[in-house]
Formats: sequence, C-alpha cells, structure tokens
Amino acid sequence: MAGPYSPADLLAFAGAVASGAVRVVDLTQTLTPEFPVIVLPPEFGQAAPFRMEEISRYDERGPGWYWNNFTMSEHTGTHFDAPIHWITGRDTPDASVDTIPPANFVAPACVVDVSAQCAEDPDFTLNVDHLLAWEQQHGKIPERSWVLLRTDWSKLPPRGYANMKEDGAHTPGPSPEAMKWLVEERDVHGFGTETIGTDHGQATHFNPPHPAHYYIHGAGKYGLQCLCNLDQLPPKGAVIFSAPLKIKQGSGSPLRVLALVANEGART
Amino acid sequence: MTEPLVRPKRKDPLRRTRLPLSPPGARSRTALGLAAAAAQGRFMLQVCGQCAKTIYPPRDACPGCFAPTPPFCDVPDGGRLLAVTTIRTSTDAYYRERMPWRVGTVQMDCGPSVVAHVHGDIAEGDRVTMSLKLDRSGQAAAFALPVKETPAMADDKQLREMTCDPKFRRALVTDGRTAVGQACAKALSEAGCTIVFVGVADPWKPFPGEDSLRRIPNVEIVPLDLTNSESTGDLAADIGGRVDIIVNTAEHVRPGGIMARKGLVVAREEMDIRYFGLMRLAQAFGPALRFRGADGVNSATAIVNFLFVHALANWPEFGAYSATEAACLSASHSLRAELRPGGVKFINVFHGPLETDWFQELPPPKVAATQLAKSAVDALKRGLEDVFVGDIAQDIRDRFLANPKALEREL
Repeated sequence: MAGPYSPADLLAFAGAVASGAVRVVDLTQTLTPEFPVIVLPPEFGQAAPFRMEEISRYDERGPGWYWNNFTMSEHTGTHFDAPIHWITGRDTPDASVDTIPPANFVAPACVVDVSAQCAEDPDFTLNVDHLLAWEQQHGKIPERSWVLLRTDWSKLPPRGYANMKEDGAHTPGPSPEAMKWLVEERDVHGFGTETIGTDHGQATHFNPPHPAHYYIHGAGKYGLQCLCNLDQLPPKGAVIFSAPLKIKQGSGSPLRVLALVANEGART
Repeated sequence: MTEPLVRPKRKDPLRRTRLPLSPPGARSRTALGLAAAAAQGRFMLQVCGQCAKTIYPPRDACPGCFAPTPPFCDVPDGGRLLAVTTIRTSTDAYYRERMPWRVGTVQMDCGPSVVAHVHGDIAEGDRVTMSLKLDRSGQAAAFALPVKETPAMADDKQLREMTCDPKFRRALVTDGRTAVGQACAKALSEAGCTIVFVGVADPWKPFPGEDSLRRIPNVEIVPLDLTNSESTGDLAADIGGRVDIIVNTAEHVRPGGIMARKGLVVAREEMDIRYFGLMRLAQAFGPALRFRGADGVNSATAIVNFLFVHALANWPEFGAYSATEAACLSASHSLRAELRPGGVKFINVFHGPLETDWFQELPPPKVAATQLAKSAVDALKRGLEDVFVGDIAQDIRDRFLANPKALEREL
C-alpha cells in the first residue's frame, strides 16, 4: 500500500462516487424464484431456491406496511463462497463468512474475457495459456486480486444458462491446471464467474473434481458466482466490494456485489 | 335417450355468474353411513346382524327385530323402477333452478324400496342399477342408473350434477414433469377436457417425456411451481377463472424414517412440495373454484389429490414421507368442508408404491402411472371422494379400518 491515506482522500473518493468519476457497477443478479440454482444428483441434499412469502401488504395482516419472509440456501443467486464451503478449505483460518477479515471484502479485479470462445463452445475450458495470453496484453495478474471470468453467460435465458443435458451441465469454467496456477503462481484473492458455480459444468469429471473449489478454498481464498455485468468492467483496475451476510459458521451467502470503476471520460 | 352435451359457448361477460346452491344437506349420523359408501362408489345399506334384513332408509335400530345399530354392508345393487314422476316445481332454491327433475321408486332386489333420482334413459318397469352418489351438499343420494351403458349416459343433466365428468371441462395438472402428471394429462384429454393446462416448474431443467407431453391434444404447458407462492398466484390470476378440475400431481417421494434422516432439508422439501404446495394451490385457485360451482356445463367441479396410502398409517421405511402425506390428508378434510358450499368435490386418490424411480427397490405390486391416472378420471366421472388404487392401497385401507393399532404394529 502506497503512503498514508487521509480522511480527505477518503472524502474525495466519496465525492468521486457521487459525481460519477467513479462508476458503481452492480454485478448482482436479482433474486427471483425463477433463477436457477445448482442441481446435484437427487440422492444428495439440494440447495433451496429463492422463495418469498408476504407477511403483509397494507392489508389486514399489517395495514400500514409491506414486508416479506424469504428463504434460500447460502448458495442461491449471486453468492459468495467461503473457504469452509469445500472440504479442502475446512481447516484454513477464518474460513467462514462470519470470521473472514472485512478488509478481504474489498479487492481489485482482473477480468478475463473469454465470451467469444464461450459463444462458440459452451464447454469452453480456461487454460493457463489463456491466462498467459491475457497477461501478455494487460500485464501480470497482481497478488490479492480477484480473477473474474467474463463469459457473457449471465445474458442467456434460464434454460441456456443452466444448459443441463443428460450428461450434466454444459457451461464454461476453468481447468485444474489454470486454477492451480492462479492460486499457486499468482496468489489470487479469489475467482468469480457468471455461471451457476465457479467450476466448469462438467467439473465432476476433472481431476481433481471441481478444481476451482478445490484449489481456491484449499488456499483459503474466495469464490463469487452468478455475477453479471462483467462486460462493463475494464480488464484491470476495477475494485470489487463483496461483503457476504455475517452468518455464524456460514459457508457462503447471497450478496450484493459492486464494482468501482474509474470513469476516465468523466475526469476530464 | 339422453341428449348429448354440446360444447358450451363462451360466457356472456354481461351476465352474472350463477352462484352455487346446495340441496338439503341435513342427515342423521347414522345416515352418514350412506355418504361413506358413496364416497368410495360402493352400494351399501344397513343389514341387520341379527335378522339379516336389509334396511332403508337408515335407522338406529332394525325395524324388524329392534337390534341396535345395524351395520352398513355391500348389498346387491339391482332393482326395478316401480314408478317415476317428473317434478316441475319446488320451493327448494337448489332444485327450483334445476327443474324438471325425475324421481322414482325402485324396488331393490335386496329388499327395500328406495325413492331415488332417476336417470333419463330409464322408463317405468325397467331394471335399474342403483348407486349412491354424492350430491352438491356432499350427502349421499340414491340414483337409479340404466343397467347397460346408454349413449351419452354420462351427459344426463341430473347425473352430471352429482359427478365431476371431465367432458367439456378445463383441467389443470399441476406437475407435468412426472410420469403421473403426463399420464393424467393424457387421460384427461382423452376424457374430453377442452383444455388441459399442465404446470411445469423450473422450465430450464429438461425432463423425460417433455416432447410427448407437448403433443397430447388440448395440452397447454403453463409455468407453475407449487413451492413458489408467486408462481401459483400468477397462474391463478391468468387462468383461475377457466379451471374446472385440478389434479395435483406434485410429488416428492423420499425414503427414510424420522431418525433415519440427518436434518430437516428433505423433510422441508416434502412439506413444501406436498403440504404447503396443496395450501398454495387451494389459496390461489380454491376461491374461484368454489365461486364457479354452478357455472353452467363447464362449472368448477373438483380437486383431485394423490395421496400415499400410508397417510392413514405410517410406514416407517418411508416414515417422514408418510407423515407429510398424513398432513395432506388432514388438509384435504378441511378443504372438503371449505369447498362444499360451491358443490366442489375434493377427491383423494390413495395409492401404494408406484412404478417410479423412488420406489425402485420395492417389489411388486406397484401402481403404474397410467393406472393411477385412469383411476383419477374414473373417480371424476363417478363423482367419488375416496379412491384406493391397487392391491396395497386397498389392503392398507382394509387393515386400517379393521384395527388401526394392529396395523401400526404390523408396519
């Protein structure tokens, strides 16, 4: 971190947000009952989708107010994965959403755009070569940086988004080598995707299975999934604000993910 | 001969919808034995245990030998129509707007003579088959039917008052993703439904039989997820006024007793899909059904709910699921009472293990989806309330009625 940071700097930042010099991009999908949740084989426990029950709506149940109860799993909609979510991360320190240091909810992001490849091939697999090619263009992925995979998957209708076939989901994601490299060679902060999970749709058949979960959480890092609007972020330089709900021993949480982007046009 | 029904025209939006009325519904407790028989489509009268006299109308003691509380037994349903008359006016509000109405006296082969509603295809002196039907007040009514099926027999105006025939009605099958849902859609279409709305939840998830479901005549796929109040309410807002029959095919069969399971996730899913799903369905569609109980040829007429027979007596191998089904059974009794002012029936179709994935490890006999669908449509056509499909369901029912405590131990 460079030099001291004064209250005036912070206020200047707030002013920049207010003026639009810093753009706030919402990377969050709206929580709706219809939004797909991950589907496991039926003999496993299943994550609950988002559901809402009206408590009252200016009616006999509460004449002056409107409010709802809602239910969902920790892994429904745009959500955060804590290290404790995966067996590889269960013994890492501060591994649940309530114990993660709050500073970790603010971090810069590198956005790797593979949307063109994914449009051609729903089974697109992110390899180390793709990441090296990105670095050639944009420079080395800094430590403690989110890597967000832009696939434009969030723009698909629900059926194409889940893309379930008889042999499982066909959605893009990272290879085991790419995840190992990001964690071990680049010490990333976490990995984020637009798809239903951080892993490839066919990642059960990878070695190790579900490499994004396996490597990221094994190293005490974080996951974000079901993101959208990644096409509004620069390849480098966006700052992600992603604070999950403070659930005791929570393995993850739906959350509002915001990206702060310098609006270079506005500065002049 | 019965004039075949013609497909009703669309409603005149300027006319008030006719409100449902009920025929006189007061009965003695003893007479409710007839309703119990009618609910299952059985012809039962009291038969004195002492002097073997068949008794009608129901009495608290045998009129022959004064033996107390003669039990209801299945008796021969044949008879002869001695006399028939056509009533043309009545002070009863329900019958008044349904005149003319045929009633007659039937000499039963089993002994008594019975005053009965008379089907239009029977003439004085004809042999008849007597049946007990549940009328719009939910009470048993003796109904004389032709011995042999006549053309358009089910279209008889008086008979249709007591049945829930799918012909020219519009049905909603709540879950088209299941084999039972698909079989019901087909059976209702074949039974003459003009529209069969079929609910599909999570349309992003493919399911077996999707293409053939879409090819069934008169089927319209609609979005419906019974675990989602918003979805249920939205669909009711769209089609609630055009649904006359609901067949709830939502299922969530999972094995395991209460302690055999770890946690409540699966139990919540069961309750959400089955019990709360039924509540959502009833809250969203029930008021319109009840309101439209006398709305012409395609009046609202019934909700059909499939029930695991172990709703009656818990089977610990499917203990948690049985408990959910028991909750649904209890809810069905409330819904019956709530729908009755509209003359709308609530039909429970009990079944044992089905020929589906979740009963895969169980040996036969198991009930095929097509058999279940056929029984549901048959129950609608006959206006029944409780149907037990297959050997296991019937066996459990009989053992339950004989000795519920013994059945609990046996299971």
